[in-house]
Amino acid sequence: MLVEAGHFALALALGLSLIQFVVPLWGARANDPVLMRVAPATALAVLACVGFAFVALTAAYVTSDFSVLNVVENSHSTKPLIYKISGVWGNHEGSMLLWVLILALFGAVVAVSKNTVPARLQANTLAVQAAITFAFLLFILTASNPFTRVMPAPGEGQDLNPLLQDPGLAIHPPLLYVGYVGFSISFAFACAALIDGRIDAVWARIVRPWTLTAWAFLTLGIAMGSYWAYYELGWGGWWFWDPVENASLMPWLAGTALVHSTVVMEKRDALKVWTILLAILTFSLSLLGTFLVRSGVLTSVHSFAVDPARGSFILGILIVFIGGSFALFAWRAPLLRQGGLFAPVSREGALVLNNLFLATACATVFIGTLYPLALEVLTGEKISVGAPFFNFTFLPLIIPLLLLLPFGQTLAWKRGNFLGTAQRLYAASGLAILVTLAVLAFTAGGPVAAPLGVGLGVFLILGSLNEIASRSWSKGSPWAVVWRKAAGLPRSTWGTALAHAGVGVTVIGIAATAWGVESLGTMKVGDRLKAGSYEIRLERLLPRVEANYREDVAILMVSRNGQELGNLETMKRLYLTRGMPTTEAGIMTVGLGQVYASLGEIQPDGSIGMRLYYKPLVLLIWLGALVMAAGGAISLTDRRLRIGTPVRAKTLSAASVAAE
Amino acid sequence: MVIWIILLVMTAAAVMAVLWPLSRHYAVAGQVDPNTQFYREQIAEIERDRARGALLPSEAEAAKAEAGRRLLRANGLQDAAVAAVGEPALRRRRAASALALSVVPVLAIAIYGAYGSPHLLSTPSVPVSQETAKLDFGTAVAQIEAHLAQNPQDGRGWEVLAPVYMRMGRVEDAVKAYESALRYLGPEANRLSNYGEAMVLAKDGLVSVEAQAAFERAVALDRTAVKARFYLARAAEQDGQIEKAKAEYTELLSASPADAPWVAVVREQLSRLGAPQPGSAESGGPQIGSEDIARMVSGLATRLETQGGSAEEWARLMRSYAVLGQRDKAAATAKQARQALAKDEAGLKTIETMARELKLIDSAP
Repeated sequence: MLVEAGHFALALALGLSLIQFVVPLWGARANDPVLMRVAPATALAVLACVGFAFVALTAAYVTSDFSVLNVVENSHSTKPLIYKISGVWGNHEGSMLLWVLILALFGAVVAVSKNTVPARLQANTLAVQAAITFAFLLFILTASNPFTRVMPAPGEGQDLNPLLQDPGLAIHPPLLYVGYVGFSISFAFACAALIDGRIDAVWARIVRPWTLTAWAFLTLGIAMGSYWAYYELGWGGWWFWDPVENASLMPWLAGTALVHSTVVMEKRDALKVWTILLAILTFSLSLLGTFLVRSGVLTSVHSFAVDPARGSFILGILIVFIGGSFALFAWRAPLLRQGGLFAPVSREGALVLNNLFLATACATVFIGTLYPLALEVLTGEKISVGAPFFNFTFLPLIIPLLLLLPFGQTLAWKRGNFLGTAQRLYAASGLAILVTLAVLAFTAGGPVAAPLGVGLGVFLILGSLNEIASRSWSKGSPWAVVWRKAAGLPRSTWGTALAHAGVGVTVIGIAATAWGVESLGTMKVGDRLKAGSYEIRLERLLPRVEANYREDVAILMVSRNGQELGNLETMKRLYLTRGMPTTEAGIMTVGLGQVYASLGEIQPDGSIGMRLYYKPLVLLIWLGALVMAAGGAISLTDRRLRIGTPVRAKTLSAASVAAE
Repeated sequence: MVIWIILLVMTAAAVMAVLWPLSRHYAVAGQVDPNTQFYREQIAEIERDRARGALLPSEAEAAKAEAGRRLLRANGLQDAAVAAVGEPALRRRRAASALALSVVPVLAIAIYGAYGSPHLLSTPSVPVSQETAKLDFGTAVAQIEAHLAQNPQDGRGWEVLAPVYMRMGRVEDAVKAYESALRYLGPEANRLSNYGEAMVLAKDGLVSVEAQAAFERAVALDRTAVKARFYLARAAEQDGQIEKAKAEYTELLSASPADAPWVAVVREQLSRLGAPQPGSAESGGPQIGSEDIARMVSGLATRLETQGGSAEEWARLMRSYAVLGQRDKAAATAKQARQALAKDEAGLKTIETMARELKLIDSAP
């Protein structure tokens, strides 16, 4: 009964979103505030309906109601409760419902913020958002309905894909979706601005928290997905340049550019058209990611169902929204007022450079991801573009960007002085070079790229903190004063510094992977295997049976230079219902590095294959992402207005360029 | 009945969400325009920053001037007149209400009618049958599976489950179940024969080397194991040893009582091989679908020859010929497949594996 009511609620939401699309747009055109006010009311109603539908589906999962096809296909009565709940979005239909739920949730938040958002902008934004909601609801109801029933109901379900039976599933998709869908709000605001033909600093101020939220969540979602792949797939890698990963990296790169260009727009009223374009581009890439992952064009653990009908439906949505928004852009963008002026060497100029690098990097990933697909469609030839391509194209774009980052952060708005900036970074760059040399000397004979990477990371961290230090510390002032000054700095400054330092932390983690050691071997009980200064001894090998899987467990004793550190377990599991094996890596964290053991095949003679890695500082990769997201969050709490303080030009230079 | 009332109430609530803002009066006065408010706050912020010393007076002046210019512009842009009153506004409101009253219920009912299961509305979600312990087949299987997951050493359980798997079409699972039964209960002629049969079915009728070994062990334990001897004859036939197959079938027939249930099948095999049949010359039983099979195989062959196909399809055709006892054709197919897949290394490997499995050694390139 609840299931059917949920299904009906979803159908109601479809009708409501159509109203939310048509009436407010009409109201904005006719300048009728009553019609415009329909937008927030319907947005809340849509959230209520979609939320109810989601609760109904979750209830069906929790009670193992096998009269619902979706539950039969993805659940099992013996599954632990947490996986019953996370199983709701561990499949195609349910994940699309989660997508729309987050969309509705964000729409509702826009709806209740009526005192900060002008009525026209709000009405147009919610109308554009309703169009997206409508398209996805139609897709869910007609092509991937989670509420399809089976009668008579089977007695048991087919269980969830074992790779997804992991706490990661409870966290990774919601984080990623909040990121993707958050950009839909920026997109809706951009379209609304185009429809209205008006865009200013107020717009940028309203959009910034959305973009920042979406960006922070996307950062966390990608980092979480990366860590999940690292420990679940048992290969010890954390990034594979897999098309599915690239599908989330592209909106992240575009979103990072958007976060920066919005700052320019809010502070200096410049870069308007570019910001609008980036907002459209970012969400388009999010949609493209959804299409690539969901349509079955790419096969991976993410493509739950390969169904051409669904693929073409999503492709249709893609064409309508991306094509429509670009058409709108081409038509309306020339009407927008041009913004403020700035010199090439200035904070704005640095941010433009940042945007150029990020956009190019994004285009590189785009080509690397889509070219093989396009080639296969056109000629049937299969090529694989892997890590070498990206190492040759992506890294040369990102490394200069990172090198320039501390300079950009130190430059003044409107007109900057490059030499002065460089002087202020003397200490940071000197220390970074010192660290590089020290590391080089310490690891002589090892890979050269690693110390350079660590140096770059240190430079990024020091450069970020330099901003804080130079604004609060002056020679001879007592610590209490410095502390008070530092604490009094705007939280957005702290957020910026932290986010950029996070980049540095991740860079150090990535650079340190070059020092990782790996060894392979077959072991019997009592045998030893060594990787670097770490050694494992196979203590025992025993079978174990759990509710929905059985596993062979290898218990290892880890020691470093003869000193025992503790036990480590790595498992080879067989999930009974699907008959699918998985490998559970055994991971021991030592400081910031990890010892990673992964069980291979078990031979008939009782010996086992074993992969052992030692990865120094590997945790920094994900800790850096956490720091980045934390920086975003701190910046988000800063509700102060941003003020660009132009420095008066000493000589009237003619070097000012138009912003657009 | 209750559910219909609930759905009705939900629809009414959804429509009300649209009608409510349309019915309220719009208060023009007392509203703050967020556009101008923003710049006012910005100017106030600059003042505060200067007071705290965060901004130099000259900087503050410049910033204030910029914000002031924008405030003027925003004031000029303020929506001159709001068209919330008068006859056209009333008509617009009525049209919007009509739209909400029609679109929301009609779309919801149409979509729900097309994709929902309203006939299930009156039945409660959880089937009552579960409570009365009337377990269906699938549940029983699931329970045995759960039991075996806890106690994988229970050989009896595996032996009960295996034929159930066979009937459910889960042949691979049946093979594994028989394997476990053999491991924990020990070898026994009948068990070995069933195990072999499951393996044969898993390979679409091909008696593989492993299956043959199982049948041989069964016969070694019990000379009269009919099923095992039957499949051994099949194996001989598939290996191209027609005479041996004929002899084994005949021997099987002569050793069986005339009314045994398998006699008809064995006779059919013999007549297919063109052997004179001992005993009464009854009709060889219904020729179940062997013509259909032959037609399907020839269809696949024509398609592969004219249009080509995947390595798996070629391999399947080879196996089909072998199962039908046409070893020469299987060998010819292998040759064709090697030519067609000359550039496909993985495909060639598939073909070679299949050729080895079918013992088509004579056809090696």
